[in-house]
Order: sequence, then structure tokens, then C-alpha cells
Amino acid sequence: MALLPSEFANLEPFATRWSLATERERWEERVSSSIDDMQALYDAIIPEVGEAIAYCDKFPLDEMPDDAVNLLRLIYSFVMVSFAVELWRQQCPPDTLGTQFERISEPLP
Amino acid sequence: MARYPKPAAGSWTEHYPQLGTGPVSYEDSISPEWYQQEREAIFKRAWLQVGRVEQIPRTGRYFTKDISAANTSIIVVRDGDDVRAFHNVCRHRGNKLVWQDFPNEDTSGTVRQFTCKYHGWRYGLDGSCVFAQQEGEFFNLDKADYGLVPVHCDVFAGFIFVNFSEQPAQSLREFLGPMLLGVEDYPFGQMTDRYAFRVECRSNWKVFSDAFMEFYHAPVVHVGQHLSPLRAAITQMGYEAPHYQVEGAHGLVTTAGSLHRVWDMPKENVKPADLATRSGLFGPWDKSDLGELPPGINPGKVDPWGLSSFQFFPNFAILIWEAGWYNTHQFWPTSHNTLLFEGNVYSLPAKSASERVGREMAAVSFKEYSLQDANTLEATQLGLESGVIDQFPLNDQEVLVRNFHKATADWVHEYEHELAKA
Repeated sequence: MALLPSEFANLEPFATRWSLATERERWEERVSSSIDDMQALYDAIIPEVGEAIAYCDKFPLDEMPDDAVNLLRLIYSFVMVSFAVELWRQQCPPDTLGTQFERISEPLP
Repeated sequence: MARYPKPAAGSWTEHYPQLGTGPVSYEDSISPEWYQQEREAIFKRAWLQVGRVEQIPRTGRYFTKDISAANTSIIVVRDGDDVRAFHNVCRHRGNKLVWQDFPNEDTSGTVRQFTCKYHGWRYGLDGSCVFAQQEGEFFNLDKADYGLVPVHCDVFAGFIFVNFSEQPAQSLREFLGPMLLGVEDYPFGQMTDRYAFRVECRSNWKVFSDAFMEFYHAPVVHVGQHLSPLRAAITQMGYEAPHYQVEGAHGLVTTAGSLHRVWDMPKENVKPADLATRSGLFGPWDKSDLGELPPGINPGKVDPWGLSSFQFFPNFAILIWEAGWYNTHQFWPTSHNTLLFEGNVYSLPAKSASERVGREMAAVSFKEYSLQDANTLEATQLGLESGVIDQFPLNDQEVLVRNFHKATADWVHEYEHELAKA
């Protein structure tokens, strides 16, 4: 059973791991992933992130089908890893390992 | 050479001559005794922001809030058009009245009455005691004498404030003063998409607040948020604000919009993910239409305007951004060298997935730089606590920091003076 819309079948290999509902889960996945794994996700999504967002935009936010929600969550993970990939070249910003910054609520999806 | 004109006195700091220009002591941030004085003089006497009315939209909706600095927990509840606050303590034998699973954690929900988990005493939304278990077993008990202990509570622009004084010296509006009242007509109430954050940090509450009152640190601590070709230039350029304002204990810093207009920058200088999401460090690029903003948002008439950061003494700040969103910071001391930081990012309800993605980028950026601040401020606390240095120079971009520490000291000394008189 595909998690993503068929138009984005090429991203399917990333969906199980990265289509995560909450920031807490995405952050946990980021800090426990290698830069190579995050780079792979980033490289796969960035060429078609515009199309992916446009696909999700076809639905009202509260009536999105599951596969579009999964796609949106994958875009959120792209946002999450982009900082590690584009700026830090490590999981967390430099000199921040002594602290946490928990997101305790957020609009969904 | 200053990029922006300074006041006639020569600097923002000298514009407020009561501040002086000399080095300052940070003994106020490492002394347990001083913190005890701050608790009494400030946290039990000043108006404190505790939440927004949207958190309790209907009668019976409530939240609890632990305020360690005032040594209490409160219940804030909606009762019709009224928002009420009470100490969260049962009048029978002092049990914390409302909690769930963990007695020391905040909770929220909807009730018709508050029922004590210990012996079942019940209280109405107006705080009156409506039921005492086995009332006949008591001796001349009149329930009318056993209502919840009220806390002064008032609402400004949808922000709920409480005051633990028996009788506050000033009304909330008097306490806030004209500068902060100037934000009243901003459409806070419509901006209900909320990303909420918290962190417990090992630094004094003022040390932590300091970093959110000045942007002098930004081109150093946060320079890594920009692509590497820009970093050296950003640090070299440093930071200057076009407008500062001090009004009693409160403060305002406004930044110029030109710094924020990422979309006007050459593409190679912009993070690809920012281009993809049309958002970033300064929020979504596509401005939310909020209509005409009240002039009080930009009292310095900075043009192009970017951001106004209003510092509500003692521990709250509202930052209003050009792109049509706002965020809040709050600094709750839990001891002389620890605090709970609460941050919120608010915008209009997203109408589409692309708007949500832009807000997600802004919210993730907020976390990236807040992590940098939080860890740095633990390091600052360690340095201060070494006690090796007792005088620290503050520059003109740190004028609000200077005013803030002076204001806390003034509140403590004024309270001591009152006690001495009494």
C-alpha cells in the first residue's frame, strides 16, 4: 500500500521513515540520522518540492486525503533536515548539545 | 559610524540619563538572596502575563499555571464574559485542587465545577465553595467563608495578566503605560495558528531575558543561520537598531525591514530550502494581510520597518514582525540560576498547505536559533558564577539590558523602602 500519491512514487522509499506527524518525531529522527541519510532525503525532495506543495494545496487543510497528508509530512521533514544539510553539516546547530527546545503544540496537519 | 541617527544626547543610553553609562554588576544574577528579594518585590507585585483568552474560549474552560517565582499555582478559568484566576489550593486541607497524573505539572480542560481529588470539596467557576463532603461533621462551617482564594486578573489585548498583591498598586493599564498600550489594536485574537515551545535552562531569568532584549549578539551567535559566503560580512557589519525606547521598566527595540527582505537578496545568498518554502529566519515571505496596523506597533516610525520587540516588565515580550506574524517570549525563574522559557509563534490560521509549510519553516528556524541562545546563556551563567569579574561594560545596543537590570533593582529597593516605612 503506497503512502504517497502516485505522482510522487519516487519519494516512496523515504515515506515510512520520514512522513512523521509531529515535530517531536521529526526532530528525533534528525538527531538520530546520519548526514548522508539526511542528504539523500534532501536531494530527493528539493527538485520537486514546489510540485509537492502544489499537490497538497489542491485540498483544504482539514480535508486532505491520507496520502497528501503523508506528502505534507515529508515536506516538513525536508524542512527539518534542511538545516542540518545546508548549514550545520551535523545534526544539531553547533554548541547546542547541552540543551533541548521542545515543541509542545502545533497546528496539524 | 552609526548607520542610524542617535538621539540628540549622543546615544540611546544617554537619552535616558537615569541609566548611566558605567559598567554594571551581575551580582543580581548569581545571588540566591537577591532572587528571594525579587520574588517578593517583583513576582508577587507586578502584573504577570499567563496566557491568551483563546486558550479558554468557552465557559468552564480552564488552565493551571505553576508560578514558582510566586510560590504558587493558579487556575485561570472562563466564566461567561469573565476570565477569573484563583490560587490552585483547596480550602479544606490545602490540597492542590486541579492537577492530572503529575501534581507538579500544568493541566487544562473543561469543568462545570472544580472538585478536589482528596475529600471531594467542590467550587464553582466563580470560586465559591458549593459542596463540602459530610458538611454536618464540621463545626459551624459556613461554605461562604471557604471560597477559592482569588488572584487579581485582567485582560489586555487578549493576553491574561495576574497580580499576586493584596491590592495592586496600579491597574494593569496603568502598569503597562502608553508604549505597551499602543499594541492593543493589533489583531492578536485572529492569529490562532500557534507553535508552542518550552525549555528549562540553567541560567538566571534575567541573564536569559538579556539575550532577547538586544540583537548585538545576533551577528555572532546566529551567523551560522546564513549561508557561509555571507557570514563574514554579517559579523563584520554587526548590528544596530534604528530605534530604542525605554518607558519605566518596559522597553522596545525596533529593527529595520531592510535586514529581513531575504526575497530581495541575490538567490545564491539564500538557503535553497528558504527559496523552496518562501520562508525562513524572519518568517514567511508572503505577507499576511492584517489590514492597517496600529501606529503604536512602530512608534519610532522606522521605515522600512521590520520588527518591534516589546519588553513587558518583568518577564514577557511580544515581537511583531513585518511579514504579519508575532511571537512571544516568557522567562519564568525557578531558582536564582534556573528558568523555564516559553516561546510561542502565532499567525493567522493557514488557509493552505503552502502557508503551513512556510510557518513550519519559520517555527523550525525559531527553534534553531533558540537552541543557540539557550546553550550560550548557560555558559554565561557559569562565567558569571565564577565570580572572577564583577563589572561588565554594556554598549548602546544593550540599552534595554541596562534598563532591565536597573528596573529589577529599583523594584526591589522600592519594596524594601515600603516595608521599612510600614
